[in-house]
Parts: sequence; C-alpha cells; structure tokens
Amino acid sequence: MSVDRALGATGNWLDDRLHGARGVRVLLRKVFPDHWSFLLGEIVLYSFIILLLTGTFLTLWFQPSMTDVIYHGSYVPLRGLRMSEAYASTLNISFDVRGGLLIRQIHHWAADLFMAGIFAHMIRIFFTGAYRKPREINWLIGIVLLTLGMLEGLFGYSLPDDLLSGAGLRILEGVIQSIPIVGSYLAFFLFGGAFPGHIIIPRLYILHVLLIPGLILALVSVHLFLMFHQKHTQMPGKGRTNENVVGAPTYPYFIAKTGAFFFFVFAAVAIAGTFVQINAIWLYGPFNPVAMSAGSQPDFYMGMLEGALRVMPAWQWVVFGHTFAFNVFIPALLPLGLVFTAAALWPFLEQWITGDRREHHVTDRPRNAPTRTALGISVITFYGILWAEGANDLLATFFNVPLYWITWAARVGVFVGPWIAYVITKRICLGLQRKDNHLIEHGVETGIIRQLPGGEFIEETRPVSEEELAVLLARSDLPALPAAESAESDVPPAKMRGGLGRVRERLYKVVTEAAPAPQPNGHAIGHGNGHGNGHAGEGDGRGQTAIGAGASTTQPESGEDDHH
Amino acid sequence: MSNNPSGQSGAEDSSGSGGSGEQSWPEYLSGGQSRGTASHGSAWPSEGSESEGPPRRVIGTPPPAAARTLLADHGDASGAHAQPVREMPADPPDPRKARKAELLVAACFLIAMLSGFGFLVAYGIIGVGTLSDALHSNLWLGGTLSLTLLTLGAGAVIWVRNVMPPVEQTELRHPMRSTDADRAAFQETWDEGAATSQFVKRPLIRRTLIAATLPLAVAPIFLLRDLGPMPGTSLAHTVWRKGRRLVVYGTGRPITPAEFASPGSIISVAPEGFQDDDDAMAKAAVVIIKFRPGQLQPPTVMPWTVDDIVAYSKICTHVGCPAALYEQTTHHILCPCHQSTFDAARGATVLFGPATRPLPQLPLGVDSQGFLIATSDFHEPVGPSYWERS
Repeated sequence: MSVDRALGATGNWLDDRLHGARGVRVLLRKVFPDHWSFLLGEIVLYSFIILLLTGTFLTLWFQPSMTDVIYHGSYVPLRGLRMSEAYASTLNISFDVRGGLLIRQIHHWAADLFMAGIFAHMIRIFFTGAYRKPREINWLIGIVLLTLGMLEGLFGYSLPDDLLSGAGLRILEGVIQSIPIVGSYLAFFLFGGAFPGHIIIPRLYILHVLLIPGLILALVSVHLFLMFHQKHTQMPGKGRTNENVVGAPTYPYFIAKTGAFFFFVFAAVAIAGTFVQINAIWLYGPFNPVAMSAGSQPDFYMGMLEGALRVMPAWQWVVFGHTFAFNVFIPALLPLGLVFTAAALWPFLEQWITGDRREHHVTDRPRNAPTRTALGISVITFYGILWAEGANDLLATFFNVPLYWITWAARVGVFVGPWIAYVITKRICLGLQRKDNHLIEHGVETGIIRQLPGGEFIEETRPVSEEELAVLLARSDLPALPAAESAESDVPPAKMRGGLGRVRERLYKVVTEAAPAPQPNGHAIGHGNGHGNGHAGEGDGRGQTAIGAGASTTQPESGEDDHH
Repeated sequence: MSNNPSGQSGAEDSSGSGGSGEQSWPEYLSGGQSRGTASHGSAWPSEGSESEGPPRRVIGTPPPAAARTLLADHGDASGAHAQPVREMPADPPDPRKARKAELLVAACFLIAMLSGFGFLVAYGIIGVGTLSDALHSNLWLGGTLSLTLLTLGAGAVIWVRNVMPPVEQTELRHPMRSTDADRAAFQETWDEGAATSQFVKRPLIRRTLIAATLPLAVAPIFLLRDLGPMPGTSLAHTVWRKGRRLVVYGTGRPITPAEFASPGSIISVAPEGFQDDDDAMAKAAVVIIKFRPGQLQPPTVMPWTVDDIVAYSKICTHVGCPAALYEQTTHHILCPCHQSTFDAARGATVLFGPATRPLPQLPLGVDSQGFLIATSDFHEPVGPSYWERS
C-alpha cells in the first residue's frame, strides 16, 4: 500500500506539472498486436541500445590516434612492435581493463545482430506487404537506417587499426579512387592525403561515435513514432480487420514482454561475447601496408559488396587519357544501389501497377502476393550469391573446389539465379494458394475412411476452424484496372492508352496472377449458406465433424465436376 | 488521442483530437468556424467527468466481426452506466498454476540476483594483464552477466505468460487522412499565416531572403575543402629513385643477388630508409622473386631484372591490397582480397580476377657494393586505377 501511495504521490507531483494523466493513460492502454515476427524490429532496437551502452564504455579507453607508439603492454607476442595508438589502446582495452574484452566482444556481436536484425525485419516487412500505404515513409526510413548501419559498422570495425581493418580501409580508398572524375579528390579529402595518412582513424571515430549514431537515433525515433502513431500492422486472423487492432495492452503486457525481450537480446550478445571470440585483433597484428593474409573477409553485412568486387570481370576503358575503372566502381555502386533503389521505389511502383491506394493494416500472407514474394526471393538470391562470392576463398577451401570455378559459378549465377528463384517461388506461392483453396472448399482431411450404408467408401473431413478459415480467406482483393469507357466499345480509358498504359496493363497481369478464388460450396465455409448446412449441423451434433470433401461426390448438387 | 476506447468513429475521433480543451480557445486559434467538427469535442468527457464518461469495453471475448458498429452501439447503449466495467481480469484463470509459475519467476529472479553478485565478485577477484587472465576474466564476467540477463528475461516471460491472466483487446483504427473539414481549416490557417507574414505579397523580401541564404548553403562545401591536399601527380610516383637500395622488409638489410640465389624464393622489400613510413610503403612495397634461368618470359622487361631476379609492385592494381600470396610451382601471385591472379614469370600479367593491369615492374640494378638497387622509379603508377591515370 505504501508503494501505491508513493507512486500516487509521484504521479500527482508530475501531473501537477505536466498534465499527463489523460495522455499517459491512453498510452498505457494502447493495444499491440502479437506475432513472433514483430520481434525482429525489437531485436534491432535493443541491439542499438546495447551498442550505445557498450560503445560508451569503450570510448573511455580507446585512443582514436594514428600516432606511432612502441607497444609495452601485457600482450607479450606484440611487445616492442611499432603500432598506432588506436591499436595499442584496443589491446589495452582487451587485456588490461577488467571487462574490457567482454564489452568489446559484446559490442561487436551486438553490431552484427543489429545488422542481421535489420535484414530480417526488412524481409518480414516486405514479404507481408507491411510497407504498403500508409507506411511507405517508414519503409524509406528503414532503407536509410540500413545504409547508415552499414557505414557505422564499417567505420566501427576500422577503428582498431589492425591488419584486417586496415585492408578494409585500403579497399575503401581504392573504391573511392575509382569513381570517375572526382575519385582521387574524394579519396585525398577523406584520408587527408595519400593512404593511409594520419587522420583517417580520428575522422572515422567522430563519425562512428557521434554523427552516424546521432542520425540513427533520430531516425529510429521517427521510425518508432510513426509505428506508434499509425499503429502496428496485424497478421490476418479471426476478428482482425483493417479497422481494428487486436492484441494486448501496453501496460502491463507489452511492457513486460518487451522488457523480457530486451534481457534476452542482451543475454544473447553477452553469451556470444563470452563464449564466441570475435575480431581477435591481437591475432591479426597492427596494420601495415605490406602484409595481408588469405581468408580475409569483412563483417557479414559488407560481404555482398566484397563479393561484387570479386565477381566482376576485369573491365576498364582508357579514353582520352582518363581511366574508367569499371572493374571497381560498377561492383561497388551498382548491385547494392540497384537493390536499395528498387526497394525504395517498389511500394510506389506496386501502387501504380495495381491502382491500390487504400490503407492496409492487415498484412498479406506471402503466398497471397505471389509476384511480390517471387521478386523478394529473387532479390535475396541475387544478394545471397554475391554475398557467398564474398567468401569464395573460404568456400573453395571448405568444399575443396577450384577457386575460379566458384567465381565463374557466381558470374553466371548472379544473372540466372534470381530468374530461377522468381519462377520457382511464384509456382510455390500459386500452389500454396491452391492448397488453401482445397482446405476452404473441402475442409481438413482426417484420414478416416468410412463406408456408407450403400457400400461406398468416403474419406471424412472436418471443416477448418473459424480461426484457420479467417487466415485462409484473407486474400487481397486488388481493384480492377480502369474498365473500358462504355460497355459497347473496347476503347480503354484515357490513362490506360499509350505506352505507359500498356506497360501498366501488362505488369498488372503479372502482379495480380493468382490461383482461382475458392468456391464456397458449403463444406467448410458454408455453415449457413445453403446445401452444406445440414451436413455441418449433423457433424456438430455428433461431436464430430461434417462429412466433407469425400462426401461431395455423393451430393448431387455439386457432384458433376467436383472430383478432387 | 486516436485510441480512445469509447468507440467513436474515425472521422469524429481524429477531428476531435484536440479534446475538450479546444473549446476554451479563442476562435482564431482553434481555426474558426471552418472547424465545425470541433463541436464533437464537447461530447467528449472532460477530465473531471472521466469516471462518468462512456464505459470501457468488455475484454476477453473475441471481438465481433463488425467490431466498429457493435462497439459504437455498445458505447451508446451503456452511456448511462455508472459502474465502469473492468477491462482486464485481475486474477489468472487457474490460481494453482499461477502459484507454481510465481515460484518459478521468483527462482529466476533469485538466480539473476546471485549471478549478478557473482559478476561483482568475479570483477573483484579475477585480475587481467595477460592473455590467459583476460580470457579467464572474460569467461567469468561474461558467464555471470549472461546468466543474470537470461534469468531476468526468462522470469519476466514466465510472469507475463503464466501469472498474468491472458487478455486480448480490440482497439479501433482510424484512417490516417484528416477529415475534409480539418484539411480545410488547416489550409485556411496556413494561408492566413502566409498572408499575415506578407511573404507572398512582398516578393522583395522573399527574393532577397532566398538570395541571402544561397551562399550560406554552399559554405559548408567550401569549409570541407581543406580536408586534404589535392592529389596532383602524387598517385603516379613512389619513393623509389635511381640508386635506392632494396632492403628486406622487416630486418632492413640490403640484399645481394648472391644471397638471394635459391630459385622460387620471394621476399617483401622496402626502399632503404622508408621501411617504417606507412605512407611511402603503401605505394612502394615490392616483392622480388628469383627464377631459374630461362623461366622469365616476355612481357617481363628483361633489362630490368638482375640474375633472373624480378621485382614487382606488391600493391594490387585492383583496389590496392598487398598481393601477398605466391604459389611457387605456378609462379602465380595472388591477391588475397579479391583473388586477382598475376603470372610472375610473364611480367605479372593478369590471369584471373578483377584486376585490369599487370603489377608494375621495378627496374633493378646492382650498385658498386653489389647490393640490389632500383635504377629508377616505376615507369607507371602503382596500385588501383584512378581517373587521371592514362
């Protein structure tokens, strides 16, 4: 009781000053829908918080300086070596600060989890169509956040100035240099002169600890505010409509769940940081521009760019005394640029093709948007092949195949793979739609065979439950293309004429390709719509289920062409 | 706020989002007559009458399909209710199960506490300062921290799932689009402000303001100019000069052809005096390789070799990684970063990979004391391609 009174007093004190009772009550009552895939974004948010906490700890000892020092610290194998202060202070954090190694490893793992979470979250958003109106702005913010996350990670793992990260910076320099016209200027401005110079680490440091995290924090805040303001999407299900949100209230349910989830995410990176060594910079040694070892890979989220650099054939033009280094700037800019640009434009392109400008708050099941799903898998395949190619030397060692074969396979695969993935995925989606149709039309097969009095054998089915049915029936009903201007003529309306209109018409056919809609024949949906009624009633009455699909053959009304 | 559970329809709700407070505003602040729908705000319960306002909805039952209509009806029908209905059950359905779960939660939290103390103790008694101590400390600190976090999370989840009664609530959504009336009111306010500010009427102010901010907008670009020097021709040159000795990278010892006599061997080499200069070495790093007589083929420049010793830039012509791997039997130099492969016996021409140009060859000679020297700088820029490179 005294706790209650203390809380009440505090609340009153605050409300006297802030007028919060009404608004905060509404916040406490806010309903959040529940689904495991909604936790992916939370993984990202909590990884980010962990990154801020652990990163702040690391800054207390880290020296962002490229001044040469001779190492005299406690890691014996490197004693007496010349190295930068940045590298020496990272060794110091690892070996001479209690908990330093742990926090460093948690920081690195959290960064990887942050990026993995972004990818997973983005994939969820895409395949369920959660980016659709009114959430396009948040989708775009998400793409910016992903880009910022990649930069933040790249700059972060470059800071220790070890051999591996130094090579990463060297590659960055080479890539920037290859940009036509301005490349060498940009490289000199970034590095303060020729590579490596003495200023790149301090510059990356301030970008890594202040500017980029500040931007990420600001955008994450907007991202969350919009999610909150527009309310979360929900998966299709019974009682879930475009006009409501079904779930548990923030207080106490969502707060407790999400608090627990924060601890789980933190525990996951703490366990990884404890038991799985990551970025053991003392094994790589300090940076020097002369040495490099095989099997050098960047962190996984840069792997696609690395693979693109590896897969590219040696193309270059020298025209009028100037070099177009296609072999470098095309793979560095084009593949990822394509993926991000396509991702950013897709919501608007889809709206234009389908003409669907309604708000969507119930998500699609991926199978019910076959073209979108197929495109998504296609892009993932493209990305995945380049990503795997980024580790082609490790793959060659692991599978014991010649290195060049892998690169050649990737060179072909990067064009063929996405196309195959598209076709297969679309077929799978359409097949799954047909399977859903079967369930809707005929119910669930129970595996029970029954002999009718007339001697005929039928298989019993039970109708799908209302909950399942609500999910099965949740199909997007896209608006039709603008119809012909009058019933008599076939002349298409003005905006469907011309090249663009014909393109749209063709794309519309592709995007809306779907299995035929389920026929309500009374077996599963039909608890009250006609001839199925009696059967359903009979089934319920026996505490068993209606005679379903198999029985349809015995029903004269629907018998003729209903043999499945 | 938009999620008031009273079941108002979307249009009314969003327009009344200012709440009852709006009524006391002067007309010119609240948007005047055009914000006609603001009158809905008066129907909202004021703070004082919150307890007598529309009752809260019953929870826990599956929401009807036509949630909106039913809820609205519900709100109207029970508008006179004095007793608010509980939204959430206070107790879980099965008290015995909940009791068990409660003990489990408490056990989790207890472990978390003990493990947390363990962390503090481990911090106190396990020192660092050597690799094994650091790893040892890492194991104990991380282990205890992980256990604390894990049990905290587990306890909280069991608490939510098995102690708190299960609840499902339905809340209404409202279209994001404001009502036409609201939009019109906004437009009016906006235009009013624009007119009052004279910004539209007085183009002189408008244009001079824009003109004043233009230089300010490009100022940051000017300020960034001193980030670095202009590249000039520096990318085309290295510190190699005629007569500069080759020294073994690492030891700094000069090299005689006689002591580098076993065919197939390869070493990394620095220009004498620049071994510790990373900026210089980033372009000047070189490998020398000893071949058997007759193995070196064109386009290797034979006059630039000494006793079948050939020197190539170690900086890959792709993006500048050190091309650090050498396969003795095939004479292939391989860059570990992106697998550009060069044939060292044939002028380091590209065999595979993304590099477009051979590794530049350094002209070698021997000085009066018999040590290997460069007879000039590289005859072409080393390292990755860039725009000005011809």
